[in-house]
Amino acid sequence: MSILIDKDTKVICQGFTGRQGTFHSEQAIAYGTQLVGGVTPGRGGEQHLDRPVFDTVHEAVRETGAAATMIYVPAPYAADAVLEAADAGIGIIVCITEHIPVQDMIKVKAALVGTGVHLIGPNCPGVITPGECKIGIMPGMIHQPGGVGIVSRSGTLTYEAVYQTTQNGLGQSTCVGIGGDPVHGMNFIDCIELFEDDPGTRGIIMVGEIGGGEEEDAAEYIRSRVSKPVVAYIAGVTAPAGKRMGHAGAIITGGKGTAEGKYAALEAAGVATVRSPTELGVRMQELLGG
Amino acid sequence: MNLHEYQSKQLFADYGIPIPQGAVADTPAAAQAAAERLGGERWVVKAQVHAGGRGKAGGVKLGDSPAAVASLAEQMLGSRIVTHQTDAQGLPVGEVLVEAGLSIERELYVSLLTDRAEECLVMMGSAAGGMDIEEVAASTPERIVTVPVSPAAGFQPYQARRLGFGMGLNKQQVGEFVEIMRGLYQLYTECDASLVEINPLIVTGEGRLLALDAKINLDDNALFRQPRIAEWRDPTQEDAREHEASEHDLNYVSLEGEIGCMVNGAGLAMATMDVIQLRGGRPANFLDVGGGATAERVTAAFKLILADDQVRAILVNIFGGIVRCDLIAEGIIAAVREVDVKVPVIVRLEGTNVAQGRQMLADSGLAITPADDLDDAARKAVAATAQGGAA
Repeated sequence: MSILIDKDTKVICQGFTGRQGTFHSEQAIAYGTQLVGGVTPGRGGEQHLDRPVFDTVHEAVRETGAAATMIYVPAPYAADAVLEAADAGIGIIVCITEHIPVQDMIKVKAALVGTGVHLIGPNCPGVITPGECKIGIMPGMIHQPGGVGIVSRSGTLTYEAVYQTTQNGLGQSTCVGIGGDPVHGMNFIDCIELFEDDPGTRGIIMVGEIGGGEEEDAAEYIRSRVSKPVVAYIAGVTAPAGKRMGHAGAIITGGKGTAEGKYAALEAAGVATVRSPTELGVRMQELLGG
Repeated sequence: MNLHEYQSKQLFADYGIPIPQGAVADTPAAAQAAAERLGGERWVVKAQVHAGGRGKAGGVKLGDSPAAVASLAEQMLGSRIVTHQTDAQGLPVGEVLVEAGLSIERELYVSLLTDRAEECLVMMGSAAGGMDIEEVAASTPERIVTVPVSPAAGFQPYQARRLGFGMGLNKQQVGEFVEIMRGLYQLYTECDASLVEINPLIVTGEGRLLALDAKINLDDNALFRQPRIAEWRDPTQEDAREHEASEHDLNYVSLEGEIGCMVNGAGLAMATMDVIQLRGGRPANFLDVGGGATAERVTAAFKLILADDQVRAILVNIFGGIVRCDLIAEGIIAAVREVDVKVPVIVRLEGTNVAQGRQMLADSGLAITPADDLDDAARKAVAATAQGGAA
């Protein structure tokens, strides 16, 4: 079992014929993802990677029945691409693109209210259900089907958690990279809620970082609503205040959003925290009893 | 990206927000000429640096003659201003802003910023202007009024009226205030700001509103569509290594420790710093080489790390996803050779083509210590600096 996507999910790629879109579409196909086509405005009617290219997302959805999209279009056009996908009725929108202006994301989020769309990202590695469907830039071969749900603001830290839970045999149900931007799609709570309801998920790993208050919100949600074991790591204990640490959203402002504050909230909520990401897998194994 | 006060005021003028008469000067003579041109009996000379707290640091001074203005400008230009928002070296003053002195009746505070939790722009106002707003927020939060602005409907005058009457402005002043907030909102959205702040917004002796100070931060991700403003970037106000890093598309932040870090991914880079500290060491920097790390970028990253003479060991932590470990190994080998690295290099590689990458490092004949995981790498780096310290 899994959340969001599985072996039957039909996926298209926006920015299909570009360098990034091509490379990661090839990887997705090789992994077994049902990539049914792609969109590049002006290239409709062509074939790319043995799949049809469409001018618009509406056309792609009509012809292929796609339910999910992965977006690799450049930042200046990414908001447009997300809204086009939503307008065409796509329910799972995964936006990999980095460096989207915040004001574009504010407009996107306002437009998505009430549509029921699951937006993942932007500035994220994507989402993967191991052995079934890979939508994103994560290395497929480190994953293994299993029972740990992973949700993370950081790409490479997700890979650490994945690698460890593969090494110790727990495997993953689904891994969601929610991205490093201050205004973004699905948050920790959205993902944790789905993991809690997913019979295939036995435990949840969450990887947070400095900036914002979503980890604190998640702590409160976990305390009151989550029965499954949760292991958390927060990056940035040593990060100086007022400095943006790579991710647009990773910044301590006005004394808020510190790693210590997030740890304190999670620990008060009974979440098992680790101070080194190398302990994520071991800790989850202890909680799951093997 | 941050703007200088005089640049922010230029944008204010463009959007109809009242500002004091003034002129920017980069020589004492120009400052004197500016004072003469402005006229009056009293002038304010303000050092242009990207930091708050200038007043207490001697960066804002009054002169009562054009000659006095010239001498104040002479003191400030070429000096460095150290405030609670800068490091110990402070920031260099390349320009001063000379403004006509004003009589001040009241000092207010207003700002516009992005509220990431509410996912919208918020306008903030307080009658406690001229003070450190973070202190006001901490000690007397009831003195700050916050009004969200709907992304769909945009600015509405009632929002500014709420703030204005809340600050105790009279009817005529609220009318002026609504136009100021309308202008600030337009500026914020059209220029892709991430913060616009006026502290203080003053009520003059004549009862008029005026932006005495101005602070604007811009969303770096939107600079592609702000070409005019992007040109106003002042590299002298940035950390030299951080600026150099940005030229190579590297994310770099200077820290105080002695273990240099090179990592792919922002989260993993922070985690690497944290684990170094957890094992008793101190990280010298944050450095994310990004997803598309090539040999050239890795070489640039090594040079950047080694430009910090406090660095006594380097920890390379790469989890290859998109980045192949053999490419990283190639970059490390080339860089260690080219840069003539004299400090111990500890390398933890994992992911795509890891066996090949590790083999290349082993075969290189260079003094590179492999590590099994991040914990192991941190322990080895800490041990290496401890040994260096004893020698």
